[in-house]
Amino acid sequence: MNYFVIVDVTLRHGIADPEGATIERALPALGFSGVSNVKAGKSFRMSIDAANEHEALEKASALAERLLSNPVIEDAAVRLGETVAP
Amino acid sequence: MKTLGVAVELVWHSTTDLSDFDGVILPGGFAHGDYLRPGALARFSPVMGAVQRFAEEGGPVLGICNGFQVLTEAGLLPGALQKNVGLAFLCQPTTLVVTSNNSVLTAGATLDDELVIPINHFSGSYTCDDETLERIVENGQVVLRYKDNPNGSRADIAGLANERGNVVGLMPHPERAMSTLLGSADGRVLLESFVAANVAA
Repeated sequence: MNYFVIVDVTLRHGIADPEGATIERALPALGFSGVSNVKAGKSFRMSIDAANEHEALEKASALAERLLSNPVIEDAAVRLGETVAP
Repeated sequence: MKTLGVAVELVWHSTTDLSDFDGVILPGGFAHGDYLRPGALARFSPVMGAVQRFAEEGGPVLGICNGFQVLTEAGLLPGALQKNVGLAFLCQPTTLVVTSNNSVLTAGATLDDELVIPINHFSGSYTCDDETLERIVENGQVVLRYKDNPNGSRADIAGLANERGNVVGLMPHPERAMSTLLGSADGRVLLESFVAANVAA
């Protein structure tokens, strides 16, 4: 089977996020009030050939940890997407 | 390095044996795959296996700028480098303070001496967890600190060694501070120290 998998990479708690902070500071000037805790991160999408969902997610976790994220500063979360990637 | 009378050879990233060398320098610049994270793909180059073995055998290894980022990604040095706090590419002279002689790079420098050496980076903000910070400070692994922190580095860290002191990384460029005619010669003491370590090794 072919599974559509999404990997979200975000900075670990306590690691400075200058991008998120800059975006958050810009919001009030644009009329968006009450927005806080803005965090910037990366999202990766991919199709994975696997026997089942579990195997697809395991594969995604492994490659996310080895390449897509730096575990020293980032967390990676994997999930199945609803549609198949083009 | 040639100004210091050292023979230098560039090696290709597919090199798998560095045993003929007395020391290894991972220079600055940019590497393939930096768009993911600086050094993220470069650390998987075949040559990095050889660098790892070279370091394990006690050989002197120096990572400058992008080279420092590659060494942290490869796990040869603790922590990580993230984007500068102001999200700006910084290219300016900085004043560094020598905070430990416990490395091949700073063994010949004088403790508390101030060195003017330029930085030239976007992702030079050093970060690590509390435990790591405590450990590297206690072990004297923090070898250079910024006098005026330009990029948000944790504990003003500009240069860092492994526990043994034979692997060192720093964001500033000592090789660009080799002549007073060009602004500063303060990088000499560091690179001379690295060369002396080669001779001793």
